[in-house]
Amino acid sequence: MIRIARKPKPEKYRPTLGETWIEMRKNKLAYIFIAPFMVCFVIFIVLPVLSATVLSFTQFDSISRPQFIGLRNFMDILTRDLLLMTHVIPNTFIFAVAVGPIGYALQFILAWLINCVPKRLKVIYTMAIYLPSIAGGVLISVVFTVFFSGDRLGHLNRLLLNLGMIVEPIAWTTDRDYLLLVMIIVTIWGSMGVGFLSLFAGMQNVDEQLYEAGRIDGIRNAFQELIHITIPQMKPQMLFSAVMSIVGALRAGQIGVQLSGQNPTPEYAGQLWQNHIEDFGFQRFELGYATALSFVLLLFTYAITRLCFRFLGAKEDE
Amino acid sequence: MRYLRVISLRTWIILLILTGIAAVFMLPVIFIISTAFKPMSELFLYPPRFLVQNPTMQNFTDFMQAAEAAIVPFSRFLFNSVVVTGASVVIALLFSSTCAYAFSKMNFPGKGWLFSMVIISLMFAPEAVVITRFLIVSQLGIINTYFGHILPQVAVPVGVFLMKQFMDQIPTSLSEAARIEGAGEFDIYRRIIMPNVMPAVGTVMIIVFQGVWMDTSSSVLFMTDEAMRTLPYFITTLTDGVVAGVARQGAAAAAGLIMFLPNFLIFAVMQKSMIETMVNSGIK
Repeated sequence: MIRIARKPKPEKYRPTLGETWIEMRKNKLAYIFIAPFMVCFVIFIVLPVLSATVLSFTQFDSISRPQFIGLRNFMDILTRDLLLMTHVIPNTFIFAVAVGPIGYALQFILAWLINCVPKRLKVIYTMAIYLPSIAGGVLISVVFTVFFSGDRLGHLNRLLLNLGMIVEPIAWTTDRDYLLLVMIIVTIWGSMGVGFLSLFAGMQNVDEQLYEAGRIDGIRNAFQELIHITIPQMKPQMLFSAVMSIVGALRAGQIGVQLSGQNPTPEYAGQLWQNHIEDFGFQRFELGYATALSFVLLLFTYAITRLCFRFLGAKEDE
Repeated sequence: MRYLRVISLRTWIILLILTGIAAVFMLPVIFIISTAFKPMSELFLYPPRFLVQNPTMQNFTDFMQAAEAAIVPFSRFLFNSVVVTGASVVIALLFSSTCAYAFSKMNFPGKGWLFSMVIISLMFAPEAVVITRFLIVSQLGIINTYFGHILPQVAVPVGVFLMKQFMDQIPTSLSEAARIEGAGEFDIYRRIIMPNVMPAVGTVMIIVFQGVWMDTSSSVLFMTDEAMRTLPYFITTLTDGVVAGVARQGAAAAAGLIMFLPNFLIFAVMQKSMIETMVNSGIK
């Protein structure tokens, strides 16, 4: 057996502070190039995240000065927020699992199916599936409030009544038993966006020769091809798409309010973490507590994304 | 149609499944087009019909009338939307392309961790920190100004990321050669790099355009003056709640179609460059 000797890791050269300074001055033009973006980036993205972190340890009503109260907000999240425990967490969990992993799997399956059809038809299918995502929230709320309308004029009710599957029209968007389900369907409908295109493009880009080589090496069916060639080849696109899915699930926070036309949603049936933040921030003006909620949400997102990087990202030492 | 003949049975089955799925996905789009042209009698028709029978332009004139009757004229919302979207797209493209250029073609201390900060920010939806964003915007004193609409939207990490990935495909030797010839960095950026990354420019343009053109959150959060709000906000007021319901359905669908058309046209024109860009979208 041949053993390949591991290359010794080259000692990383650490420049001194003075050297860094000289290097920085030599490249000052580069800083001019990044400055416009970085300034806006810091003000509108980094600063909100950092200040949310700081404010989450305070009590703040937006008028008087924030008061440092340590971990009390976080204790309250865990112990005193009944609404959070009974409605918001279960809702958010169900919504996130359905829209995240299931939505992501659907994106992948659709991209894969499209990949199997003749070239000229690919564009048409991609367009058709991508279109609802560019229609945006406004259009979605216009269309779906009518489509899922609670009376006999709602198209879904009409269809089900005709098929004899239901006797009475169902108030899809205001009934607490159905609201979450409708939210999930509508969100998945509109979630085949940039991430889906990325998956599709990544799949197109897998080198044809690899498939031929695979066939010689004994790959027999399309499924094996998918597992052994396609997925390893497009991991980077899958990672990008996963990140987009996670962010997309977060962004969809308003959908319940849009569909039911009520905030809070009927009996809190469609209340998501995002709505809970806004409830405390803009209605009850407990900004400290609201930012603590934001902080926890960010932490969760970060953890999930790291997990995706673990599975799909390049290894650290490569 | 000669190429259809060589298709295997398996592909036919996949085509069948896909056509079904694509049809389901197209439903809302077909529905909005159909509803926009429905006369009032068909909107209230029982049993409801999915497709329009006698198309009219009635809803569009209704929509214009509802718009005229509003305290703030429709043209004002449209004007706001055009200004805000136009400015955001141009500025975002400029900022993300220069930044991407530096990340891709220049070397400077701090490049590594600055770029990983951009990557990390990809996963932070701005919606999560809506409260502190609001506080910052109000501290800057840009509430009820066009800056309040535009500035929070011009830092687009996805844009920087996609453009940088695309620029990485351009051989460094090209910019190196230009540098030896004595071209300045700005010339290289403008004359050599930018013409070669047009697909990425198109893609980022689509992403920013869609984000801003359809956005209601900055109208709701950062604007208290009705006259400073944008078109999508106005349309949501038309359909607010189920109460307005069927009566305004037609007008809302007409308005929705008006909003959707620019999006659709831009994507239809640019879809090729978009897919070309997405090939390089992988995070390694």
